[in-house]
Amino acid sequence: MAYVPLADQDDPHALHDPHSFITKYVWSQDHKVIAIQYGGTAIFVGLIALGLSILMRLQLGFPDSISWIDPAFYYQAVTMHGMIMVVYLLTALFLGGFGNYLIPLMCGTRDMVFPFLNMLSFWFYLLSVIILLASFFVTGGPAGAGWTLYAPQSITAGTPGSGGGMLLMLISLAVFIVAFTMGGLNYVTTILQARTRGMTLMRMPLSIWGIFTATVLGLFAFPALLVSAIMLGFDLVLGTSFFMPAMMQLGEQSTQDGGSPILFQHLFWFFGHPEVYIVALPAFGLVSDVIATHARKNIFGYRMMVWAIIAIGGLSFLVWAHHMYVSGMNPYFGFFFATTTLIIAVPTALKVYNWVLTLWQGNIRLNTPMLFAIGFIFTFVHGGLTGLFLGNVIIDVPLADTYFVVAHFHMVMGVSPVLVLYAALYHWYPKMTGRMYNETMGKVHFWCTFLGTYAIYLPMHYLGFLGVPRRYYEMGNTDFVPATAQALNANITIAAIFVATAQVLFFINIFMSLRKEKDAGGNPWGATTLEWQTPDTPPKHGNWGPELPTVYRWAYDYSVPGAKQDFIPQNEPGEEYEKTFHTRGHS
Amino acid sequence: MAIAVVLVLLVVGSVVFHFASPWWFTEIASNWANIDFTVNLTFWVTGFVFIAVNLFLAYSVYQYRQRKGEASKAVYEPENARLETGLTVITTLGVAALLAPGLFVWAQFVTVPEEASEFEAFASQWQWSFRYPGADGQLGTADIQHITETNPWGINPDDPNGQDDVVVKKPYMALPLNEPAKVLLRSRDVLHNYTVPHFRVKMDMVPGMVSYMWLEPTRTGVFDILCEQYCGLGHHIMRGRVEIMEPGDFQTWLADQPTFAETQAQPAADVAAGQQSYMVCASCHGQNGEGNRALNAPALAGLQPWYIERQLRYYSEGVRGANPEDTTGQSMAPMANMVNSDTARRNVAAYIETLSGNDSAQTTVSGDIDRGARIYSANCAACHGDDGRGSWATDAPALAGMDDWYLALQLEKYRSGIRGQHRDDDYGYQMTSMVKAMRTEEQQNDVIAYINSLR
Repeated sequence: MAYVPLADQDDPHALHDPHSFITKYVWSQDHKVIAIQYGGTAIFVGLIALGLSILMRLQLGFPDSISWIDPAFYYQAVTMHGMIMVVYLLTALFLGGFGNYLIPLMCGTRDMVFPFLNMLSFWFYLLSVIILLASFFVTGGPAGAGWTLYAPQSITAGTPGSGGGMLLMLISLAVFIVAFTMGGLNYVTTILQARTRGMTLMRMPLSIWGIFTATVLGLFAFPALLVSAIMLGFDLVLGTSFFMPAMMQLGEQSTQDGGSPILFQHLFWFFGHPEVYIVALPAFGLVSDVIATHARKNIFGYRMMVWAIIAIGGLSFLVWAHHMYVSGMNPYFGFFFATTTLIIAVPTALKVYNWVLTLWQGNIRLNTPMLFAIGFIFTFVHGGLTGLFLGNVIIDVPLADTYFVVAHFHMVMGVSPVLVLYAALYHWYPKMTGRMYNETMGKVHFWCTFLGTYAIYLPMHYLGFLGVPRRYYEMGNTDFVPATAQALNANITIAAIFVATAQVLFFINIFMSLRKEKDAGGNPWGATTLEWQTPDTPPKHGNWGPELPTVYRWAYDYSVPGAKQDFIPQNEPGEEYEKTFHTRGHS
Repeated sequence: MAIAVVLVLLVVGSVVFHFASPWWFTEIASNWANIDFTVNLTFWVTGFVFIAVNLFLAYSVYQYRQRKGEASKAVYEPENARLETGLTVITTLGVAALLAPGLFVWAQFVTVPEEASEFEAFASQWQWSFRYPGADGQLGTADIQHITETNPWGINPDDPNGQDDVVVKKPYMALPLNEPAKVLLRSRDVLHNYTVPHFRVKMDMVPGMVSYMWLEPTRTGVFDILCEQYCGLGHHIMRGRVEIMEPGDFQTWLADQPTFAETQAQPAADVAAGQQSYMVCASCHGQNGEGNRALNAPALAGLQPWYIERQLRYYSEGVRGANPEDTTGQSMAPMANMVNSDTARRNVAAYIETLSGNDSAQTTVSGDIDRGARIYSANCAACHGDDGRGSWATDAPALAGMDDWYLALQLEKYRSGIRGQHRDDDYGYQMTSMVKAMRTEEQQNDVIAYINSLR
């Protein structure tokens, strides 16, 4: 008998029926359980990073309020906050969490093509988190090098945690990359090889396009981080000189010589810039599906949205040195990287237009996921536009390494993706649990988060124009910073504490709703995509019962003229709506 | 509904905030007004897009929201080639309109004028020093391996071009007004960055290479120099100042600074003369430099000569001990005037270096040594050393073996702003920040107890 991959088997019962608690929920190979394990771990470690950010804000807004925030701890908090948020929360939650949950369901497969590898991916991720958190308990504390880990500073004695903490950080990153590679190969293979009958590439929901492209980016970008982590680790432990030039410390000549600090930056940002899109592209995808579903309207310009995702993904490998305009690299690079960087603004802007044009002439349901999605459009427009300042090389010169940069990247890859995460968590919560969340509490959570974060980051840009540098324990004596800047810092801190506190609402909501709220039914939103058409909610292991679904149409048949309801599921047979739109001609 | 209103309010609020904000670029002090122009241009273009997109978003949400009791239906329109092409073209044009002037100004930035004169800024954890070419108009070559306590710039002693280089070993530099300057940037250890917000331009300093940029000062004044590339624990206290002077004043200032050859040709200190001067000091600080707590006189034995010289100079110049609340410092200030010349200070410091102090000095502070060790190694050791012996390389005095009551007194002074707040006390200023590693008396006692254990 020919081998049929698990994901494609019509009746998988013999294989897919874990009985004991351990195999069902702990050593699980079910992509949905793994997704929740990934998501739960990511959110847990993200809460630690959130706590660190509040401590940093207390130091900046109310110095002296906490006696143990010394300069060393402050820089360690800066570092751990940044690294956890970017890698261990956002990357893991979008790809390990949503990627795992949605890929098999949206593509109509029973599971990932390599379920065992998928399980291994989570346990390696958990291991990387444990190693990272262990660095809080070693002598000297966690790494305090800034999340960019720039050599030589990151591994020399003048930086807090440059010994054991730094080593654990590098090991943890390497383990994380192993975990990501196992998961990532799985996601890509599943999407390319295991889609159900009729699910052509151009019928895939944008969530899958975003997750797919981001995963491909990750598979190309993370190796750059892996080699730089290994080489930096060698410089630290073995005394090699990949990144270490001749230097002097505490009056002693170093034994290392000849390495290049700028090489480290190139390697780091060759990973680091695609990383921005590893986070952003899944967000783009998820938010597109939330918007289309709740606007009851097809996503506007689907094909362009797909090509924009691919174009952004491709271009993201050609812009990395815009993080290095003032690094001392050959300044003529600035011409090239400024041009590529501003070109990337075009497909990105088109995506924004298409989201707004999807709402235009829609039939908008203003529930919690939609509010978060609208909030995302607003913050992403803001963060994207400030990117045009920093990408344009000469404007970056006065603003580099100031609070303008901090405000920009928090707006565009902090607040915006997090708003999408909440939109997505509320949107798919009924599918994951079978219960409806509490709408009122969800909306209050939205308003606190959206308005609060804008109050944090809008004014922060202006500190940057003034010239206040980032990564300063305190501003201290300067002639050019007016006293009002301290008042502003205090206000930003209050807003930050407010936002952090408001997140409690989310946790109360998702846990209370498990018991209190009503049964959601299989497809409460009237959504077209396959995950809402499962025979059981939450879907059982194997997802589809005896027979895999067959796809007959694209993912966005909302409000089709003449149809009996305002959505037609992808697996509903019948003619695709006539009016030869190219989108649907690709079947 | 509410979201549409809020979006409009946020757009209006952001615009109002922008125009009302007191936080904006500092008044420019260089030729780079072009940069401000490109920033403003970008503001107008992006501001327009910000307003237009968000107002359209708010309108769409308001107009096409589901209303209770009203049946409504979305329009089915998968794509619209004309609209999408039009938006692509407009966006591309808008981006090009931002990029073109940006690259034009960048071309100016990367093209250093032929007539620009050079100077060098040299960064280390966490200090600045500077170097100007001498009469030959050329800087001598320099390398990390040449660095010693007396040659902290690493100037090649065998390079004739370097002999007349004017060297500045303090975080204070000057530039002449309206003369283009090419800034050469070097680092002794990690990445640093030379930033003067009023100049607009900045560039990283990278160990192992020389980076550069150029500018032309356009108004006189004293401006802050900041490090804006994270360089470790003391990043935020790595400060300097640049004074823009009329060209004549600049030449005078430059002539007052020593040349490299002069710094290397200093005669050895006269210990006998220093011993002579020390007679006065001995009445309080003791014959052996062991100190006398009853007279508030700390031990001096074990302190590095360069540190003693600097503090004596500070006392003489009113940088230290001039604060009316600094009662003990005020009693030292007139005494320091008795050795009020560089030579006299060198001599007495050299004599103090020969003193043995008193090894059996009593400790007066007790605390939790383990907790103190944690705070010390995290926040103090980077400059003062794991062994507490200090280093010329970080301008940090020895702590181990010093009187613990004196350490406590000085930490208190830093904390309360009695010491280190004078504008010229560049090193004391750093301590006013680092002392925040010990915000409570308990923490301070723990650290001092640990330092006691380092004797």
